[in-house]
This record gives sequence, C-alpha cells and structure tokens, in this order.
Amino acid sequence: MRFDWNWAFTFEILPRLLAATLNTLAAAGIGYVIAIFLGLALALAQRTPWGMLTFVVREFVEFIRSTPLVLQIFFVFYVGPQFGIRLSPWTAGMIAIGLHYSAYLSEVYRAGIDSVPKGQWEACRAINMSTRDTYLRIVIPQALPPSIAGLGNYLVGIFKDTPMLSVIGVAELMHTANAIGAEHYRFLEPLTMVGVIFLAISLPAAGLVRLFEGWMRRKMGM
Amino acid sequence: MSIWDFVVAYGPRIADGTLVTIAQFLLATLVAIAVALVMGLGKLSGNWLIRTPAVVYIEIFRGTSLLVQLYWIFFVLPLFGITLDKFTAGFLSVGLNIGAYGAELVRGAIQSVPKGQWEAAYALSMSPAKRMRRIILPQALAIMLPPWGNLLIELLKGTALVSLIAVADLMFQARQINASTFLSAQAFGIALLVYYVLARFLVTPFMRWLERVVARRLGRA
Repeated sequence: MRFDWNWAFTFEILPRLLAATLNTLAAAGIGYVIAIFLGLALALAQRTPWGMLTFVVREFVEFIRSTPLVLQIFFVFYVGPQFGIRLSPWTAGMIAIGLHYSAYLSEVYRAGIDSVPKGQWEACRAINMSTRDTYLRIVIPQALPPSIAGLGNYLVGIFKDTPMLSVIGVAELMHTANAIGAEHYRFLEPLTMVGVIFLAISLPAAGLVRLFEGWMRRKMGM
Repeated sequence: MSIWDFVVAYGPRIADGTLVTIAQFLLATLVAIAVALVMGLGKLSGNWLIRTPAVVYIEIFRGTSLLVQLYWIFFVLPLFGITLDKFTAGFLSVGLNIGAYGAELVRGAIQSVPKGQWEAAYALSMSPAKRMRRIILPQALAIMLPPWGNLLIELLKGTALVSLIAVADLMFQARQINASTFLSAQAFGIALLVYYVLARFLVTPFMRWLERVVARRLGRA
C-alpha cells in the first residue's frame, strides 16, 4: 500500500488551490449571470404568439438539456476557429456553461410563470394593462418566489459543473489540481483537496439556499 | 469534405463509440439503481449506525462534482490498493454519483406512500421486510419513475465524462476525429446529435413505457 498523506505538501499546494477556487467561483458566477438573463429570455420566447419561434426555442432547450455539457464546451471552443472566430478558453467556457444552464433555468421560470393563477392574467386584461406591464409588474414578481428553490439549486449545480471547463484549459480548481499532480507526480493530495474544497463550499451553499427559500416564503406570506 | 463523405469515413468509429456509450450507460444505470435503493432505504433506517453512513455517502457524492469523483476513483484509489481499469472506473463513478441523487428520489417516494398503506400492512401483521417489498416499494416505484426518467438523462450525459480517462466512448471518438481532421463542427455536431437521439428517442420513450406498465400493474391505468 502506497498510501502516505503528506501534510507538508498539502499546505504547500493549498494557496495555489485556493487561488484557483476563486477562478472556479468567478466562472460559476459569470456563467450564472448569463444563465439568469438568457434563461428568462428563453422562457418568455416560448410564450410569444409566434408559433414558429415557440417551437424552435422549445426544441433548442430540449436539445441543450439532453446533450452533455462537456461536449457542448468542446463544440463552442473548437467550432469557432473553423469559421474564423477564435474564442479564448474563458469566453468559450462561459458561453457554453451559460447557455447550458439558461436552458435549465428557462424551465424553472416557465414553471414559475405557469403557477401564476389565471385570474391574475384576466385581471390585467380587465384593467387594460399593456403586455409589458402585465409581465413586469404582475406576473414576474409572482413567478419569482416559487422559482427561488430551483434557481438556487442550479446555482450550486453550475458550481459543481465548472470542473468540466478544465478540459479546454480554463485554469480553475480541477485544472490546477491536475497541473500540480503532473508537476509533483502526486495526485492524492491535490485531487482529495479539490473534493474537500467542493464539499466545503457546496454543502453550506445548499443550506443557505434552503434558508433563503424559507425566508422568501415567509416574506411572501406563504 | 461534404457531410456525407464525413459520415462514410468516420461513421464506423462513431458507431463503435456509441456502443461503448450505451454499454457505459446500461452498467452505470445498474450501479445507480443498486446504490439508490441501498442508500435511500439506509437513510430511512431507524438505526443511526445504518443511517449515518447513508447520509454521509449521499452528501459527499452530491456535494462534489462527478468529474472530481471520476478522477479520484481512477487516479487516487490505486494508492489505496484498489486498481480499476478505465472502463470499470468509468461506469462505477457515474453510477455511484447518480445513485446518490437516486437515493433521495427513493427516500422521497417511500415517504410519500400514503400512511394508510403502512397501517394496513401493519394491521395484516406483515413483517417489515414483506411490507416494504410487497406494499410500499411497488407504490413508491410508480411515484419515483418520472423523476428517474430525468435522472437517467443526466446519467447518459454523465457518461460523456468517462472519455476524459480515455474510455473510447462516443465523446472520445469525436475528440479523436476532431484532433486528426480539424472538422470540429462535423465531429462534435454529429456526437451531439447522437446523444440527443439516445436521450430523446430511446431513454425517454422507454421510461414513459415503463411508467405505463407500472401503472397498469398497480391497476391505475
């Protein structure tokens, strides 16, 4: 058995891993912001009266949701140069992960919008509210609270999917751990520490999401 | 190179990769179902010696990434004297990861079987094991099949990661073809389409069919 945990080595590589953790968090954050807005756009596009647009967006969302993120990352990164568009790993990664999660978030929004009672729509029509006001002032504010749980879960989800960005060379946590492993021929400490760091962030984050959800429910009087 | 020439030239390799992906999918599904049942029932156990390991397992596997688990099982586990070949390490990691999510589905479904069913089984003085097997689990199965459909799609997508430890699956073949031809749009585009077809026209219809069968067997169709 060659199991020999080296604490000195662990502490030596810890600063590098923690610095890479910041990159991981940044990637998750940027990807999530893209997904929040693009997801809403995809959800609203499916509610327009143009059947063709609804159909295309619906199929697009289904396609994104049923194909692997890692393949989408490769696709975005390598297909651009074929047509003369060079994307940096960060740009390609953010586009891929943002697009992937916007498909998931659009489903969360869609469920939220569907949960707004029909009477609310009818009331808006009765007082002659414009479509824009109906959405901005009546529907979306009511659609958001039931969506909070789903939105929060996908925030944790996007964080856990960022290691896939390492495949195109984004210097996040997984990429750094692999680099350290290759430099020192030791994979035990870096890979285990990656797992520990992920647990240390995602477990409290999941707890916070639950707390926030409860707080939101109470605040909305539910 | 037209898309048709591309398919003729690289179709066989893509087909080989697809077969490996399907094999990984089926084996990982078996692992996931076994893990989900054991850990889901374990989490419901009244005995903390059984409950604690199940909770720890579920939190660890749901709290870290599949990719981290895959690398850990493939690169670190050999240091503990457990060396797995890449094919086994691949489907085992995917199955163990998805199984942790499945365990929560099993737990939730068992808990949502109506209380009267538990009481009726108790009134008939069924043993706990028999009650679970004959009364609770069949009804829980009907409740949890729809979310399992989504989970199996996640599992299929998860198998794409095994290409990163050089299992020659669909994703791996697409990368190889891309590296030797630089025809990225064709290589990755066709791979995306194959995954889509597998998910949308094989896994999803199969799960729908299974839902109908279970509903009929429970006399609910």
